[in-house]
Amino acid sequence: MKSQMTPSSSNNRATTALGAVEGGYEPIASSRDRKASLSKTLRSARSGALFGFLSIAAIITFVPFAYMLSSSFKRRDEIYSVPVTWIPSEIEPLNYVRLFEEIPFAREYLNSAVIAVIVVASVLFFSSLAGFAFAKYQFRFKNQMFLFVLATMMIPIQVQVVPLYLIVNSLGWLNTYQGVFVPQAMSAFGIFLMRQMMLSVPDEILDAARVDGASEVGLFRHVAIPMTRAGLLVLALLTALTSWNDYLWPVIVLRSEDMLTVPLGLAALINTYRVEYGMVLAGSTLAMLPVVALFIVFNRHFVAGLTSGAVKF
Amino acid sequence: MNRNRLQKRSAPYIFTAPFFIWFSIFGLFPVIYAFYLSLHHQVGLVAERPFVGLQNYIDLVLDERFRHSLWNTTYYGLGSIFVILPAALILALILHSPSLRLKGVFRIAFFVPLLTSSVVVAVIFALVFDTRYGLLNNYIVEPLGFERISWLQDGSFVIPALVVMGVWKWTGVNSLYYLAGLQNASKDIEEAARIDGAGHWAVFRYVTFPQIQPVVLFTVILAIIGSYNLFAEPYLLLSNSGDRGLMAMVYLFNNAFSFAKFTYASAIGYILFFIILVLSVAQLRIFSVFRDD
Repeated sequence: MKSQMTPSSSNNRATTALGAVEGGYEPIASSRDRKASLSKTLRSARSGALFGFLSIAAIITFVPFAYMLSSSFKRRDEIYSVPVTWIPSEIEPLNYVRLFEEIPFAREYLNSAVIAVIVVASVLFFSSLAGFAFAKYQFRFKNQMFLFVLATMMIPIQVQVVPLYLIVNSLGWLNTYQGVFVPQAMSAFGIFLMRQMMLSVPDEILDAARVDGASEVGLFRHVAIPMTRAGLLVLALLTALTSWNDYLWPVIVLRSEDMLTVPLGLAALINTYRVEYGMVLAGSTLAMLPVVALFIVFNRHFVAGLTSGAVKF
Repeated sequence: MNRNRLQKRSAPYIFTAPFFIWFSIFGLFPVIYAFYLSLHHQVGLVAERPFVGLQNYIDLVLDERFRHSLWNTTYYGLGSIFVILPAALILALILHSPSLRLKGVFRIAFFVPLLTSSVVVAVIFALVFDTRYGLLNNYIVEPLGFERISWLQDGSFVIPALVVMGVWKWTGVNSLYYLAGLQNASKDIEEAARIDGAGHWAVFRYVTFPQIQPVVLFTVILAIIGSYNLFAEPYLLLSNSGDRGLMAMVYLFNNAFSFAKFTYASAIGYILFFIILVLSVAQLRIFSVFRDD
């Protein structure tokens, strides 16, 4: 898997470097040959136009975020005013203060974090364990079992959601953390991803460790896991993102105000505080904060993880 | 030694067992249970649950709101296939051109909307689509000389509004799928075609596109599944729009969790499952026909 994900980024760097070199030689080439000079100009005009187009598209992509951020510092009447003021006339954290005073936003943040951490830990552990087995052992029905794991990814949530609710209800887990995280505690995609990663663990090292008396669990803990850290990071980021942003399942399970996650709290705010939109925007900004922070540090891993499915396909 | 070998033989079963146990309870059993439910009648958490055969399915076929939600979902799905995916392909082709500066920055920039929670997307786009104060009407629709549009109230603009939102959220990641496909495509064949005098369009149509066709198929299937999964955005944004933007997943959710019609909702789930399956298989067929010619 690792070898499959890195080429896209390194390839890209190589072509960018190539482009820079080409640009560097441009004056010499154009002084020599008129025709070449014309096509060079045309080409640089074209790449300038493309660059401009992409810049506009990028600005449009970011305008909604800028709007959210700037309006989260505005008073109500300034949010609803035309023309839009991109920089608030008075920057004050009133909406943020109210968010913590009027609703249990800190508690919602904690709920989201607790659920995300448990889901990530569980998905990482069980995915790497099963992925290790599928990658590094020969056993009867292995291929059938792995195909079955892949096939489970095809089952849409639409079919499962009602029975899952009834199961969680009869377990007495409505409005609890376990009601949210147990049905999300494992991931077929995670097993698939970790199997790909574990394929790169050399059999010779495993056999050598076996000769030295290591147990199979020891091989997993001390050989396989340390060698697949990059894959675990990718899976951790994807799982954390999904859990943190999730709405459909938590809104079915969680009821009371002190159990809500951040997206549920925001959705409830939209309904009760339709006129106090500043608070909703402040909450949305804070909801995005940890995601953006992780993305700034690990953007390559995010991109690699979210596009890994397509490369494999 | 003997003990070790035994361990090595049983280890893979022990390592994979947790998943299979978990899946049988929280994955497989719900699928079977949903089918059982869909053949019964139950409203609310009551004890009696009489067998009604295919009655739920018959009721659904006759249910105008359900048919309307399927039409809306199909409309949105067509929008994402014929608007979002082509936009993503164009973006990918631009990002793929070798002389482009800041390529890495752009790749990451278009990806950011995907990180946003559906709830936050709904929060932001409620303002973007606002008839009087919204960005779209004030900065794009009116300056272009059109009348203000009631995006979230006007029946003919509700689904296009969702597609606009989809363009913002999904174009970036789809373009990265295509970009990965383009980077894996063979440059030699393209070069050969160009030397043989093929124009840009011909090279794209007959050389590049066939090579990224598997990725296109993947994105089309994802787009279909995505339109049947679309929930939080329409649920939150269109709560005051009546049935104008009713999506299939929202209708299922309302039946199950607002009206406690668990058996009816299970039948909806099975019909959606069946539709997604048929469309995905049809896609695979259509694309393999293309591949042959």
